[in-house]
Amino acid sequence: MDIPRIPLGNWIEGGLNWLTSEYSLVTRGISRFTQTGINSLNDSLMWLPEWALLAIIALLCWKIASIRLAIGAAAGLALIWNLGLWNPMIETLTLVVIATFVAVVIALPVGIAAALSERLYRLIMPALDFMQTMPAFVYLIPAIPFFGIGSVSAIFATVIFSMPPAIRFTTLGIRQVPVELIEAADAYGATRGQKLVKVQLPLSLPTIMAGINQTIMLALSMVVIAAMIGADGLGSEVWRAIQRLRPGDGFEAGIAVVILAMLLDRLTQSLRKSRQ
Amino acid sequence: MDETRSVKIQVRGLSKVFGKQPKKALELRDQGLKRPEILEKTGQTLGLSNISFDVYEGELLVIMGLSGSGKSTLIRCLNRLIDTTEGDIIIDGENIPTLGEKALLECRRRHFSMVFQNFALFPHRTVQQNAEFGLEIRGIDKVERRDIAHTALKQVGLEGWEDAYPNQLSGGMQQRVGLARALANDASVLLMDEAFSALDPLIRKDMQQELLQLQSKMQKTTVFITHDLDEALNIGDRIVLLKDGEIVQIGTPEEILTQPADDYVRRFIEGVDRSRVLTAESAMRPVRTTARSSDGPRTALHRMRDHSIDSIYVTDRDRHLLGLLEAETASRAIEAKAETITDYLTQDFRKVPPEEPLQNLFAMFSEKSFPIAVVDKQQRLLGVVVKGAVLDELARAGEQ
Ligand SMILES: Nc1ncnc2c1ncn2[C@@H]1O[C@H](COP(=O)(O)OP(=O)(O)O)[C@@H](O)[C@H]1O
Ligand SMILES: [Mg+2]
Repeated sequence: MDIPRIPLGNWIEGGLNWLTSEYSLVTRGISRFTQTGINSLNDSLMWLPEWALLAIIALLCWKIASIRLAIGAAAGLALIWNLGLWNPMIETLTLVVIATFVAVVIALPVGIAAALSERLYRLIMPALDFMQTMPAFVYLIPAIPFFGIGSVSAIFATVIFSMPPAIRFTTLGIRQVPVELIEAADAYGATRGQKLVKVQLPLSLPTIMAGINQTIMLALSMVVIAAMIGADGLGSEVWRAIQRLRPGDGFEAGIAVVILAMLLDRLTQSLRKSRQ
Repeated sequence: MDETRSVKIQVRGLSKVFGKQPKKALELRDQGLKRPEILEKTGQTLGLSNISFDVYEGELLVIMGLSGSGKSTLIRCLNRLIDTTEGDIIIDGENIPTLGEKALLECRRRHFSMVFQNFALFPHRTVQQNAEFGLEIRGIDKVERRDIAHTALKQVGLEGWEDAYPNQLSGGMQQRVGLARALANDASVLLMDEAFSALDPLIRKDMQQELLQLQSKMQKTTVFITHDLDEALNIGDRIVLLKDGEIVQIGTPEEILTQPADDYVRRFIEGVDRSRVLTAESAMRPVRTTARSSDGPRTALHRMRDHSIDSIYVTDRDRHLLGLLEAETASRAIEAKAETITDYLTQDFRKVPPEEPLQNLFAMFSEKSFPIAVVDKQQRLLGVVVKGAVLDELARAGEQ
């Protein structure tokens, strides 16, 4: 006897279609808003002369981290500039910054809520597992009917893909706060809000920063992949090199991604350490 | 005990069951079962059973018992860090177990400061910020709370450490911060859960001494928990003895030592009956400093200051005891430009021979509580006995 195949794909497609038609006004609004954000951040970063932005970033590295990182950042950025990849690098950076910002803005309250409510915790953790293990490309497909080809779709997919660590680490950080300290705060009559702001969040900050660091790294990798659905930036340079079979160009863009990744990673890590 | 003192906290019929069906556990309790049987039958722990006692205004009440006797549970029921199962806890007319969430917060802020066994300092806050915590929670403005916290830190001897972080301090200093946090808060009751148990013995003695000094200055109502008889005898005005979640005796250290309520208490202070054979000599300490009759008042006063005492025994060259000089009197002698202190001595103190039974000494500590002088037959000063030493000696005898 033949067991009929379960039309899982059809159902999901039907659901997505319904969502897109039902909420087209909303999605179009979001799309326009996000695109404006992307454009203005891009424009202002590109309005600065290359050397000026390079100096600002190096200075930032020096202030937050070390002179070594400052020198490394300056050298790396100079190489990107020299290779003629400055503007794609800015476009990628913009996407990462915006996607990370949105992801963190959503992740913090969700992570806090999951830490404070056992019910929510049991609901959210499997959802996070699902989000993280689903192959990254799959998010790109529904993004298109919602937001069309381009950078907005890229950000949508990136936010979903990169958000889980920020949620997870926020929850973990808050749950790790020793019970004695919670008890001490209670004993002095702290409200829930005071406990959160004065004890739980400050003590979990290093852990939360570790989560944000991971979110940034995931966002960068996704933004590069999102070139497949028309996101601008270093990813599209790689994509073009593949189509034209020019490995040299591909590697140059790839190296630019690596430099950007290392810069963002070291910078957020030292931000975390300086807070401890 | 002094019936005229006003009652600060009234605890009546307080019970606590850890578990999901407290009613069942209490039913069994009412049928006369004890903690171990109730645990076996219901899987629930009878943490506290039918506890009633008063905490008087300004006293230092010690709750003592072995580990697991329910001390931490009891102190946490007072400020409701643990919800009670039945009974009343009344402070200034409010019944704590029935308070709503808001009223409970308000009650904790107004009435309770707490010091914890493992300090529970906030590692991300400086010493100063830790001391300010209670005030910050209550919304006291910045300038005011800085001053108050500063004063509290000074009281516990931590001036100059305001900007350090807790992990830069030794255990003893950390607990001073914990104490400063509690003092700064100026709540009406101080709760201390084994506050000195994590400290090493010498530092622990110091802290007990300092707590006593603070206590005599501020008269703060204090509930102090310990599992250590020595500590309880040393600092307690009264002691509540807990066993398996029940009170076995309430009384002053003297009462507990001299009239143990039952065999349990007797075993706790076992050997203490030997107080009958213990004598003044065993609790006597060498005199740290004396004055000579030929000394001027300034010299005598200077010696008292050096040893932080406010009276000094005066002897002749052969250590014959002549009298006692109080700091106040010495000051008057200085004003009167007296050459020697001979005319300013008092005989208003107790002296005993070395073979005086220790138990007789309890009654001798007068209001002013000068140390008792121990003298030989020729009236030579051999040593002194201070109040704490009598209890220490009895306690030590109990441990042997
Ligand atoms: N949260 C809890 N759940 C179950 N049992 C508890 C809990 N807290 C304390 N107990 C039990 O209650 C009894 C008294 O504990 P506690 O008040 O901590 O004793 P103490 O402070 O005197 O050592 C112990 O038997 C302990 O195991
Ligand atoms: Mg305890």
